[in-house]
Amino acid sequence: MKNKMQTNQRRQFLKNGGLTAISFALGIEGVFGIGLSSGNQLFYKKTMFSLPDKHPEMTILNDRPINAEAPAHLLDEDLTSSDRFFVRNNGIPPDKKDIDPEKWTLTIEGESAKQTKTYTLSALKKQFKTYTYQLTLECGGNGRKEFNPPAKGNQWSIGAVGCAAWTGVRLKDVLEDVGIKSNAVYIGYYGKDTHLSGDPKKSPISRGVPMTKALEEESLIAWSMNGEPLPYLNGYPLRLVFGGWPASCSGKWLSKIVIRNKVHDGTKMKAPSYSVPCKPVPPGSKVANEDMCTIESMPVKSLITFPKTGATIKLGQVLPVRGHAWAGDLSVSKMEYSIDFGATWKTCELGTPANRLAWQAFAAKVQFPQKGYFEIWAKATDNKGIAQPMVLPGWNPKGYLNNACHRIAIKVV
Amino acid sequence: MSKNNRKPSKSWLNTFSLLMTTLKSITLLSCLVLVYAIFGEKFDFSFQKKEVIATKSTYVSNSNQKGDDWDKVENGIHLQTGLIYAENFDIIRGQCTACHSGKLIAQNRATREGWTQMIRWMQETQGLWDLGANEPKILDYLETHYAPKEVGRRTNINIAAVEWYILELEEN
Repeated sequence: MKNKMQTNQRRQFLKNGGLTAISFALGIEGVFGIGLSSGNQLFYKKTMFSLPDKHPEMTILNDRPINAEAPAHLLDEDLTSSDRFFVRNNGIPPDKKDIDPEKWTLTIEGESAKQTKTYTLSALKKQFKTYTYQLTLECGGNGRKEFNPPAKGNQWSIGAVGCAAWTGVRLKDVLEDVGIKSNAVYIGYYGKDTHLSGDPKKSPISRGVPMTKALEEESLIAWSMNGEPLPYLNGYPLRLVFGGWPASCSGKWLSKIVIRNKVHDGTKMKAPSYSVPCKPVPPGSKVANEDMCTIESMPVKSLITFPKTGATIKLGQVLPVRGHAWAGDLSVSKMEYSIDFGATWKTCELGTPANRLAWQAFAAKVQFPQKGYFEIWAKATDNKGIAQPMVLPGWNPKGYLNNACHRIAIKVV
Repeated sequence: MSKNNRKPSKSWLNTFSLLMTTLKSITLLSCLVLVYAIFGEKFDFSFQKKEVIATKSTYVSNSNQKGDDWDKVENGIHLQTGLIYAENFDIIRGQCTACHSGKLIAQNRATREGWTQMIRWMQETQGLWDLGANEPKILDYLETHYAPKEVGRRTNINIAAVEWYILELEEN
């Protein structure tokens, strides 16, 4: 059964991969189809774009590079399944047929590395102790869609987030095996994905984290997600995972890590990428790059994952509501909901995280006072007392860090 | 998406007609490929405005033999690119979707100045070429069809997009 499923998925992948390859090579897609396509449905089989190994309800924001997010109700599981985990690609992933986990290597080098050392994937598995952590990854631009004036880039709504059980080795164990010089400041990564322009000299993305984050126990070089090999679009066969930080820090298709004696200067490290104004600015401001600061921990946030928005219930019924809350490097200490647009708030049950940087489950039983249209708004507060805003937080030119309260629509009849 | 597959026909006439349609399509496609391969630089397949699209001739060699029927316009949207089908569409298609998906354009909103900044950013960092005389036309298109809307500090839930359903719950 499982094998059959995998075969089907592979077939689906080949089909989609082939389609993408043709489109990409063409550049101007289907130029020959013009004039032929109308009224010739036998010849032109309808093939809408879908993603390899991803749930059909995923919202595809962009197909080159691939960017897809989950609608909130797909994220109801304790741990996000691989087919529901968002995809934020900056370039073109390495061809799946070229990926051989047996031959995959990871090289550690850089000004602040005591030596250059290359490990095979199997050497990493054998040489170092393996750890599994539940870690939340969220795209820095999750929620960008709502900023006003609008910010350029993929218009993520709410679903560029997930929490999975990642298995791998601690980055710190590997870095220490190589040797870290005392002047180390930052690590940067390089992956096997390629730039959209096809220019092999250009890196699509090469970001990283300061040494303090790199050396945390939960910072992993991971090969497994929820007990399975990494999904292809999420970095198979090897990636970094830094829970609680913009997911762009967690390099995919990982092939090289550099230990730097300065802040890493790879692609999309410099402002305005993954940066916000160091000082708050009015909406729509122009901000010079030197006045932008790189995002580190993500802010407190939550999602209502049950029921799916649009539920209609009868007056008198008690509506069970649940979801997840997370707070970057911090934890969530309080979870509330409102059915009157914040006039009153009621407390939700809130679970403890499986480990540091894992999201936390919340649940509530909601009663409605009368028939009509309601919205349920959810608000998380972190362990430093900072809560989600109901309106959009501080505007920034690139539209990062929107952690405004999530809400769903309910009808009581 | 509704399925467009035709059900198998009982009549041999239908089968024959389908076969003929297929053959005709293949022939027509082959002709077009040939014509484009020969006259690709001079020829313009645009279906609205006569604009020469500066595409690289290397693209020609890899013809889209399978094709697909979402290379068409429905409700003013060109299905394959997801872009609004209007004046200067062909230039956008040729110049912009050579590198990235049309969906990246369609989901963004900006003023003419904002779109100009995006073009400059792509030229400075992403290898975009000088757009020359096409630039003002591209900007005309983007400014007209993908302009920002004033939405305030928080928009309403998009009620029109909500799919209402009955949630079965136990009676209390």
